[in-house]
Amino acid sequence: MIENKHYNLIKVGFAEQLKGGVIMDVTNAEQAKIAEDAGAVSVMALERIPADIRADGGIARMSNPKMIKEIQKTVSIPVMAKCRIGHFAEAQVLQSLGVDFIDESEVLTPADEANHIWKHEFKIPFVCGCRDLGEALRRIAEGAALIRTKGEAGSGNIVEAVRHMRMVQSALKKIMTMGNDELVSYARSIGSPLEIILNIKENGKLPVPNFAAGGIATPADASLMMQLGAESVFVGSGIFKSEDPEERAKAIVLATTHYDNPDMVAKASEGLRDAMKGLDIAKIPEEELLQTRGW
Amino acid sequence: MIIGILGIQGGFARHKDMLRSMGYNTIIVRTAEELKKTNALIIPGGESTTLLNLFDKLQLSEAIKDYNKKSPIMGTCAGLIVLSKKAELAQYSPLGLIDIEVSRNAYGRQKESFIYKVNLELNLKQIEFEAVFIRAPKIMKYGSECRVLSKFKNDVIMIQNDSVLACSFHPELTLDNTIHKYFIKNFT
Repeated sequence: MIENKHYNLIKVGFAEQLKGGVIMDVTNAEQAKIAEDAGAVSVMALERIPADIRADGGIARMSNPKMIKEIQKTVSIPVMAKCRIGHFAEAQVLQSLGVDFIDESEVLTPADEANHIWKHEFKIPFVCGCRDLGEALRRIAEGAALIRTKGEAGSGNIVEAVRHMRMVQSALKKIMTMGNDELVSYARSIGSPLEIILNIKENGKLPVPNFAAGGIATPADASLMMQLGAESVFVGSGIFKSEDPEERAKAIVLATTHYDNPDMVAKASEGLRDAMKGLDIAKIPEEELLQTRGW
Repeated sequence: MIIGILGIQGGFARHKDMLRSMGYNTIIVRTAEELKKTNALIIPGGESTTLLNLFDKLQLSEAIKDYNKKSPIMGTCAGLIVLSKKAELAQYSPLGLIDIEVSRNAYGRQKESFIYKVNLELNLKQIEFEAVFIRAPKIMKYGSECRVLSKFKNDVIMIQNDSVLACSFHPELTLDNTIHKYFIKNFT
C-alpha cells in the first residue's frame, strides 16, 4: 500500500500539472511528435484510436510495449497508456515500462465485470472515466488520482461528455447545499463512500482534478467542456480522424488555454478543414456503447 | 498588491489556493494585458514544451522579458525551465531571465518522482522544507550572479538572482507557505 502522502503530493500533484492542457491519443511515434509540437501536455499511447476500435470490433487490449517505448523515446512530454478495466496485470506491465499515467479505460474491452483495479497499490497514478459523481468517487476510493468524464469515445459527438460533466457538476452543487445528516443517505444513493463526500463538502471541490473526454472534435468543443467545469481535455479520435491533424491539434490547444475567450476560440477555429464525421449516439446499438463499461 | 499566476497551462490552481490562504489578491494571467495588472508573477509547473510553444504563439515571451525588468518572477519546476538560459532537449528557447542551464526530466519519469526533506537557506536562516519533485529538472550550471538557496544531495534545487526566484520542485503542493512568503517579502 502506497502511503497517503505519496497519493496526495506525487500522484494528485502530477495531475494538477496537467491542468489547462490537452492530452492527445496517438498510435505511433510520428503522431506523438505531431501532438508534442502542437503543444499537447501529454500523449496517450494506444494501438488503435477509439473510432477504429469501434469500427474494427474484436477485443481491444493494452498496447504493445514496443510501440509505447518508441513513443517514450520520441517525445519528452509525459506518456500515458490504457489498460483494460480490472486488468491489473496490464497495469503492472505499464508501470514497469515507466508510463507516466495509466488510464483504466472503458475504451478497451473490460477484463473484470465486477471490479476495477485497486489503484492505491501502484506507484504511478491512474485516471478513470465516469458518467456521474458516484462513479467518480468509487474510482477515487480505489485510488484514481484524476477523473475524466467518459463521454462516448470515438463518436466525435460531444453530447455524452456534456451529459456526464453536467451530472458531476450538479451533484457537486447538491452536496454543497446538503446537511451532513442528508449526506449519509445521499452517499448511499449514489453508491459513494461517505468519507469522500464529506471531504467535498468541506473543501468545496473534488479531491482530484476533473478532465473531459469522449467526443471532443473541435476547438469549440474543448471550450465548451472547459466552461462546464473540465480542467483539461482528452482528445482521442478527434485529431487524427480529422482532415488536418496538425492544424486541429494546435487549434484545440489554443482553445483550451483561452476557453473563456470566444475571440481566441474563433481565431483558433478559422481555416480548419472538416472535423471527423461523427456518430449520432441514438444510432449506436446499445451493446456497442463504450460508456456503459465500468461499474 | 496583485500577484499574477501564469495560467497558460499547468499547476496554477494550487499556487492560487496557497496565495489566497495567505491573504493575497491573485489573478490568472493568460495574456500580455493581464500581465500588466500584476506586481509579481509566478510561472507554475506544467509542461515546459507546451508553455514555451504557447508563449511563442501568444507573444508572451517578449512581454514577460519586459515585465521582469521591473517586476519579480518566481518559477517552479517547469517554470524554472522556462526562466532558464538554456534547457537541454528543449525545442524552444527559454526566456533566459536567470543564468542557469537545466536538464529536463533529469530524475526520470513519473515513477521516479519523490518527496524529500531539504534545507533552505533563506535570509541566513536554515529552514527545513518538504520538497515535492515531479519529473523534476536539474540545474546543471549557474552563473556567478546567482545565489544558491537549497541543494538536494549535490544538486542545486533553488536559486535566485535580483529579480527571479526559481526552484525545481513544487512548493505549492504542501501546506507550507515558506517559499511563497520569502518570494513576496524579498522580491516585491
